Amino acid sequence: MKIVVCIKQVPDTAEVKLDPKTGTLIRDGVPSIINHDDRAGLEAALQLRERVGGTVTVVCMGPPQADVALREALAMGADDAYLLSAREFGGSDTYATATIIATALKKIGFDLVITGRQAIDGDTAQVGPQIGEQLRLPQVSYAEELDVDGDYIFVKRQFEDSAHVLKVKMPCLVTALSELCEPRYMSVRGIVDAYEKTVTVWGFDDLKNDLNPEWIGLKGSPTNVFQSFGKKMRDPGTLLKDLTADQAVEAIMEKLIERHII
Amino acid sequence: MSKDIYVVVEQRSGAIQKVSIELIGEACKLAADSGEQVIAVLLGYNIKDKADMLIHYGASKVLVIDHPVLEHYTTEPYVKAVTKVIKDCDPNIVLFGASSIGRDMAPRVAGRVHTGLTADTTRLDIDVKKYQEYLKTSTSLALQPERVDALDTSDRYLKMTRPAFGGNVMATIVCRNYTPQMATVRPGVMEMPKKDTSRAGEIVPFDANLSMDDMNVEILKVVHDDKKTVDITEAKILVSGGRGVGGPDGYKPLRELADVLGGEVSSSRIGVDSGWIEKDRQVGQTGKTVHPNLYIACGISGAIQHLAGMEGSEFIIAINKDESCPMMKIADLGIVGDLHAIVPKLTEAIKAYQRSQTL
Amino acid sequence: MDFKLDKSHQLQQQLFRSFAENEVRPLAKEMDENETYDLGLLSKLQKYGFLGIPYAKEYGGCGSDTLAYTLCMEEVSKVDASTGIAISVHTSLCCSCINNFGTEEQKQKYLRPLIDGSKVGCFGLTETNAGSDVQGAQTVAVKDGNDWILNGSKIFTTNAGFADTCVVFALTDRTVPASKGLTAFIVDLKEMPGITVSDNIERMGIRAASNCIVTYENVRVPADRVLGPMGKGFKIAMGALDCGRIGIAAQAVGIAQGALNEAIKYGKERKQFGKSINSFQNTQFKMAEMQTKIDAARLMTWRAAIAEDNHEVFGPLAAMAKLFASDVANEVTRFAVQAMGGYGYCREYPVERMMRDAKITEIYEGTSEVMKMVISGSMKLK
Repeated sequence: MKIVVCIKQVPDTAEVKLDPKTGTLIRDGVPSIINHDDRAGLEAALQLRERVGGTVTVVCMGPPQADVALREALAMGADDAYLLSAREFGGSDTYATATIIATALKKIGFDLVITGRQAIDGDTAQVGPQIGEQLRLPQVSYAEELDVDGDYIFVKRQFEDSAHVLKVKMPCLVTALSELCEPRYMSVRGIVDAYEKTVTVWGFDDLKNDLNPEWIGLKGSPTNVFQSFGKKMRDPGTLLKDLTADQAVEAIMEKLIERHII
Repeated sequence: MSKDIYVVVEQRSGAIQKVSIELIGEACKLAADSGEQVIAVLLGYNIKDKADMLIHYGASKVLVIDHPVLEHYTTEPYVKAVTKVIKDCDPNIVLFGASSIGRDMAPRVAGRVHTGLTADTTRLDIDVKKYQEYLKTSTSLALQPERVDALDTSDRYLKMTRPAFGGNVMATIVCRNYTPQMATVRPGVMEMPKKDTSRAGEIVPFDANLSMDDMNVEILKVVHDDKKTVDITEAKILVSGGRGVGGPDGYKPLRELADVLGGEVSSSRIGVDSGWIEKDRQVGQTGKTVHPNLYIACGISGAIQHLAGMEGSEFIIAINKDESCPMMKIADLGIVGDLHAIVPKLTEAIKAYQRSQTL
Repeated sequence: MDFKLDKSHQLQQQLFRSFAENEVRPLAKEMDENETYDLGLLSKLQKYGFLGIPYAKEYGGCGSDTLAYTLCMEEVSKVDASTGIAISVHTSLCCSCINNFGTEEQKQKYLRPLIDGSKVGCFGLTETNAGSDVQGAQTVAVKDGNDWILNGSKIFTTNAGFADTCVVFALTDRTVPASKGLTAFIVDLKEMPGITVSDNIERMGIRAASNCIVTYENVRVPADRVLGPMGKGFKIAMGALDCGRIGIAAQAVGIAQGALNEAIKYGKERKQFGKSINSFQNTQFKMAEMQTKIDAARLMTWRAAIAEDNHEVFGPLAAMAKLFASDVANEVTRFAVQAMGGYGYCREYPVERMMRDAKITEIYEGTSEVMKMVISGSMKLK
């Protein structure tokens, strides 16, 4: 069985700080990590390979520095790695990104494609399904359990209030929740081995036969960023005292309603 | 020429989801700005009788796609049906709820018709003046009014605003060169419209050429799980207790409050060390780091180690007898008072409010 | 000359750091208070290759190097020095002896399980009357047919409470000075009759580490377990200690950096006289001084490690690194406790443990005084 896992290198948003004056992101010194859901997807792939055999290939689109994310995946146990990196790919929205990755996946070949549900920087959850659409694959998003038997995968797919257990014939695409698996650490030997392996780098020329240049990059993206800005800085807190319990409840209710919490 | 605003209505087991009604309300506001109509697209099986309600909440027309393959949500038949609507009707805007169904379906629809899609939006604008007003009053651009004033007020594209980077920044996205303009919209953000049963509209069956063979996955089981293992780091709302709750029973009212809010109960270290509550609910340096949308700190003074684990919360409410404790200093709303008196009353107040809001 | 870690070492450092934070830190306080090492944690260390870092893949090791091993020692010791010493004794003392002096057969049979994560090693040299001066050694091995019969007792054998394999030193020739009469043996602590491991010795610091008296009473050791040439035990032991000192230096750097990080974090939050204590220039200068010393210690440690990796003479470099780093660890942990005031002295915070743990780095694997002997011995003073 050939499993391909798509991963994204993201800034660790837990470490992202805001400039208190401008409300903009301070990205300097923020470590880059493999997106959480993608790591869970990779772990699921490694566990499937341990159970039924086959190979696990990782694919990442990003700048040359994303090499380290692929090395990390190799150090966790992936068999081989592809980095899709080109100036022409820059500025791609989810549609354009999915177009590029899907083109690479066709070239690599697969039985099962696993992506993370969503990336912690963009939070769109769109690239996985859109890869599935480009490849015309059946998809199961929000996977919290995954197993394989013969040509079929069995997935428990989470909704807000329920779950479906689905049976899907491969080839197909699954998007993984972090809950799917607790990812393993890299191993020391895995890291040494990872740097002895080759990460295949594909640029625009490697994919151009199957890639419409009008549909990728900033120009080929249907959506564009119009404005970006920070939230308004947190107002200084309000301190209320000498209230009756009912008055206190009223003050809290007002905030809950104002903030659409209830 | 593309026109009108379409709302893809979500139903589960025949029950219309609240987010879809919110979307109809929002679509009506946008339609007033653009002089268009709001058209609801209702998909499911044996759901024709729900169409009236969508009219009552503001839709001018409801397209009903009723087919047995739509009984339970699966991706392909739903995507096929919505795509057919878009191809036949050429909408200007299509909105989906950013629920797990909407976020599964919409990207594939956008891919199939080759247009843009903006995920998990929290604000939509057509009118530039309203958008400018928002930027000036509620965002960091308040500091750069010249940038806001420079916007072209004749722009009629849909401006779709969403948080990114874990809510640290906001971005407004546009889709100028493709139609329809599509977005998924976060549940609970847009205002619920008023129901008006006297409102009339058109209810039209729509044939999407569906067949049972469109389903390319097999549903083996539908599980309604109510109890999941607790991961407080995933919770959007945390009701957290500290020394002030007084003992293991003190968490009970907190649990009730968390339940009505759809959140989880967490704790400062004292509660865990005293054996009042399980270790996996501890927030702080030796516990977990959490970033919920709402953190209600009940009787937690706010030792450094605890604050380190929760200061990234979006909104913090503190209830404490001691007005000088550190938690009060970082709270957005600090209430000096007795949590034992306030928390149960708050739970009741929320229940009453929720009852008043149900469809 | 390049002071920047290459990409592989950076990624290894990232692994060591995240493992230490997520797996070791949550257990450190409890293990210290219970004076017991968590065996579940030990098996995780084995699983991810932490016990075979600088050894060749052909024997089941990770194929990394001594520099990476120091990165590991620093990162785990930042949160728990006891984990540091468990790794160090296994890697530097036990495994290095077999790696450097074992026959091909011995490496396959005894080194492989130690470095592929199946077994844990320890090292038996010190005796009640033989510490820095090995002359008082009393453990003996007497030939009996093809076997050797071991009798005696070793004190302060780290890891003995859970280790499988021990490299132990015994006199095989009592007619010559101990430095010429010691021979190394590979023994199996769990399988061989006649071996008794005592309870954990109660100590001031690194309390989670296992450290015991191992008694050998008519223990029969087959001849194929003799490690290296007869009478070369002293040389083997001294070589192992040279390696070990690099690990201890890295452990000291870790303890120091861990304590300074705690003090920095605390000082950001703690307010006195209306501002955070980190905003006082006295605190800032003191912290700058501490960080500078830690960095110097780290660079000395890396230099010794790289020298070992390059097969250069590294003994005096290792001694200098350990002498300096252990001094820095004690100074910085004392500072951290002081900077955190009453809270620093409380067991709720880790710095008091770090201060207790730091002391041993000036003592084991050669005291600071012995380090000065090694260093001055290399200086051609006479």
